Amino acid sequence: MSIEVVNITKSYKNFTALKEVSLHIPEGELVALLGPSGSGKTTLLRLIAGLEQPDTGAILFHGEDNTNRDVRERQVGFVFQHYALFRHMTIFDNIAFGLSVRSRKTRPSKQEIKERVHLLLRLVQLDGLAHRYPSQLSGGQRQRVALARALAVEPKFLLLDEPFGALDTKVRQELRRWLRHLHEKLGLTILFVTHDQEEAMELADQVVVMNEGRVEQVGSPEEIYHLPANPFVYSFLGRVNLFRGRIRDGKVRLGEAEFETEWEHNSGELPAVGYMRPHDVEIALAPGDGHFVQARIQHISPLGPIVRLDLRRLDTDELFEAELSHQRFSELHVEEKSTVFVKLNNLSFYVESPAATTPRPTFLPIQASF
Amino acid sequence: MKSKSSRNRGFLPGFGLTMGYTVIYLSLLVLIPLSVLFLKASTMSWGEFVGTILDDRVLASIRVSVVTSFLAACMNAVFGVLVAWVLARYQFVGKRFIDGIVDLPFALPTAVGGIALTSIYAENGWIGQYAAEWGIKIAYTPLGIWVALTFIGLPFVVRTVQPVLQDWDLQMEEAAATLGATRWNTFIRVILPHLLPAVITGFALAFARALGEYGSVVFISGNMPLKTEIVPLLIMTKLEQFDYAGATAIATVMLVASFIMLLIINYLQWRINKFDAAR
Amino acid sequence: MLFLILPLIAVFMEAFKQGTAVFLSAIMEEETFSAVKLTLLVAAITVPLNVTFGVAAAWAIAKFSFRGKNVLLTLIDLPFAVSPVIAGLIFVLLFGSQGIAYPWLEANDIKIIFAVPGIILATTFVTFPFVARELIPIMEAQGKDEEEAAVSLGASGWKTFLRVTLPNVKWGLLYGVILCNARAMGEFGAVSVVSGHIRGMTNTLPLHVEILYNEYQFAAAFAVATLLAALALVTLIIKSLIEWKTQRESGGEHV
Repeated sequence: MSIEVVNITKSYKNFTALKEVSLHIPEGELVALLGPSGSGKTTLLRLIAGLEQPDTGAILFHGEDNTNRDVRERQVGFVFQHYALFRHMTIFDNIAFGLSVRSRKTRPSKQEIKERVHLLLRLVQLDGLAHRYPSQLSGGQRQRVALARALAVEPKFLLLDEPFGALDTKVRQELRRWLRHLHEKLGLTILFVTHDQEEAMELADQVVVMNEGRVEQVGSPEEIYHLPANPFVYSFLGRVNLFRGRIRDGKVRLGEAEFETEWEHNSGELPAVGYMRPHDVEIALAPGDGHFVQARIQHISPLGPIVRLDLRRLDTDELFEAELSHQRFSELHVEEKSTVFVKLNNLSFYVESPAATTPRPTFLPIQASF
Repeated sequence: MKSKSSRNRGFLPGFGLTMGYTVIYLSLLVLIPLSVLFLKASTMSWGEFVGTILDDRVLASIRVSVVTSFLAACMNAVFGVLVAWVLARYQFVGKRFIDGIVDLPFALPTAVGGIALTSIYAENGWIGQYAAEWGIKIAYTPLGIWVALTFIGLPFVVRTVQPVLQDWDLQMEEAAATLGATRWNTFIRVILPHLLPAVITGFALAFARALGEYGSVVFISGNMPLKTEIVPLLIMTKLEQFDYAGATAIATVMLVASFIMLLIINYLQWRINKFDAAR
Repeated sequence: MLFLILPLIAVFMEAFKQGTAVFLSAIMEEETFSAVKLTLLVAAITVPLNVTFGVAAAWAIAKFSFRGKNVLLTLIDLPFAVSPVIAGLIFVLLFGSQGIAYPWLEANDIKIIFAVPGIILATTFVTFPFVARELIPIMEAQGKDEEEAAVSLGASGWKTFLRVTLPNVKWGLLYGVILCNARAMGEFGAVSVVSGHIRGMTNTLPLHVEILYNEYQFAAAFAVATLLAALALVTLIIKSLIEWKTQRESGGEHV
């Protein structure tokens, strides 16, 4: 079942949670809604479920308008952030709930319910715990009960709100793998909310990056990491170095370094920002070809397989980070206070659009040629 | 098309039904009857009204009520904090029993409390006889009223202070200790300021209840006009004499006083909640 | 602590002072019976009324957000702040012989003041906040998550309430009910104003105690008072049991 979100706006008393958001979620995909807290991702999820009503806009399931349809009729499976298990019911009763509250006509027989619940318990690997209460389970087990409960009503798709947020790292890893597996097995459309970029990248087919009530970019994990649409997406997905400079006639100057770009505006000199991942920084002991600048090592942090260096550029005094493999680091024989040559690779430049008419600055990504 | 505000309220059903029922029931049972009191009072002329209130007997009863209630609430504030402290901080045999018995004045019908207290503090009662040896009369004096009001007011302070003490973060005390504060200093400068809103709330609740209390006081007070007559009793007396206007005037003054108390209490509760949220 | 317990002991001591025979005869008296019956009747009407109200108010206040919530909460608290005597007085002013509604009541031959309906009204007024006050904080603390989950699984509003909300607040509800009941059965001031003290007709137990006491039938007064004291004890015991049970339940849950 595909989901279509059309021009949704949703505001609360004194702030706007979503601003004209449109989104298409194709059938059978595992999609992550990624963004910092307050970006509107949970609100969007609740709107799709029907737990909230939009101010304007429409929500379509498989082309059919569901905007004004009641939650109960939408047939969505919703897994709550803190699971919201019924604490006074056993695991069995929790999972059976959605079936047993149906009206007499549509309700499956006791025997059928029992079979369905046990099937689901096996699916979530919790058989044998049917008669426990939620308080007697671990966090990871509760999460799986919540999933089983949502799946029991055979939903058209699954919505998960921060599914692994409350779990410790190890359990989280296991559950991620398990969810991926479940998705492959059931072929269900799954939409989940997360603020953890690693989680989104690892699990999702498509990632929807959100910020301040807007969708910043939609794409595969590859796309959003390597071709971020704007500085927000760039800096949200991992560590980033930022160099400030100016652009004129297609040439960007960042201190002593100069880059040719395909920028074709003739609007005089403008501020430009170059973004660069720490693992793209190349360290050498002597200058070679390309854009080398000198920098001093401020601090060295060995982080297992990689080593992170805090550096200060000698020309602009800007601070930045470099990450190198442990092997490369040993080859260099550098220590704190050493001066090294740094090659600035793979920079993405953004220029604040001079023609910006919207109140929000728009950024134009420029392809740099080296 | 639903209105925007109802859309924002979420999707759980039954808001209109339960809210409507709440408001109607509240209006029929509480608001309309109470407003009748003001309506009745407004039919009196200002001179009549003031004349009733400034009557010697009325003023004397107000003085008796306010003074005894205030002193009882003071006693409860001190004693109540002590009981709450012991219950929240220490483990001992019979704690559950003591904890339960604190609510006795809530659970015991006031008339029963009244006659029981009278029999204990009368001149031939268990405690009264010893007091009499010292030349102190308790029952049928303002002292007796004070005893009864202290009895019914104690749970208020204990029950407002106890939860605050139970949620109290011991680390704050430890922090104070590591900063060199003595136990007394810690209590005065760290614990008490945190406790104060709860203590004042409890005090105000006990005071408000004492002002309006009738059942437990009528038996022990002796009901002598100008000496041991409390306001609620005077209202009762006026009613029995079919002086509805007089009763209404006094009741209006009392009701306004209780409203003010209620507002203060709610404000204090809000302050406590804000405190908790800030932690 | 002695200060609190002594009155309770005194009630029982005084009741049996003149022997068990006197005690029993006071209890077995016809007027005591009718007082017990009336007290039970009043509680049986008052408590369900206030429970219905309390549950409805708690649902509206705890599960939804709306403007003026604090005002509504304060209004619900009002009867606690009003002296019982005033509570009685307002109904006398409304329905009594000089009351606003009196001409109409008389025309239709309905008696409220100095009759059972007045007692029920006054008692409902003074016990009004108990259930709502207990339920609102509990329901607020539990949030809406479980209800939302139930609805997203297709449960209707009524089923959600019965199967999810109610089981979660059952102890709090019971707590409110027994407190409401204790006050309803023990209310004195408000009832005293509206009852007219008609023996065997509009006498509740606390009023009966007063009459006996004022007639210097001390042993009999205390004998009847033991019934009410026993009620208080039972109330306290149930209350402690509930507290113990909820503490154990929340203690056993490691979240």
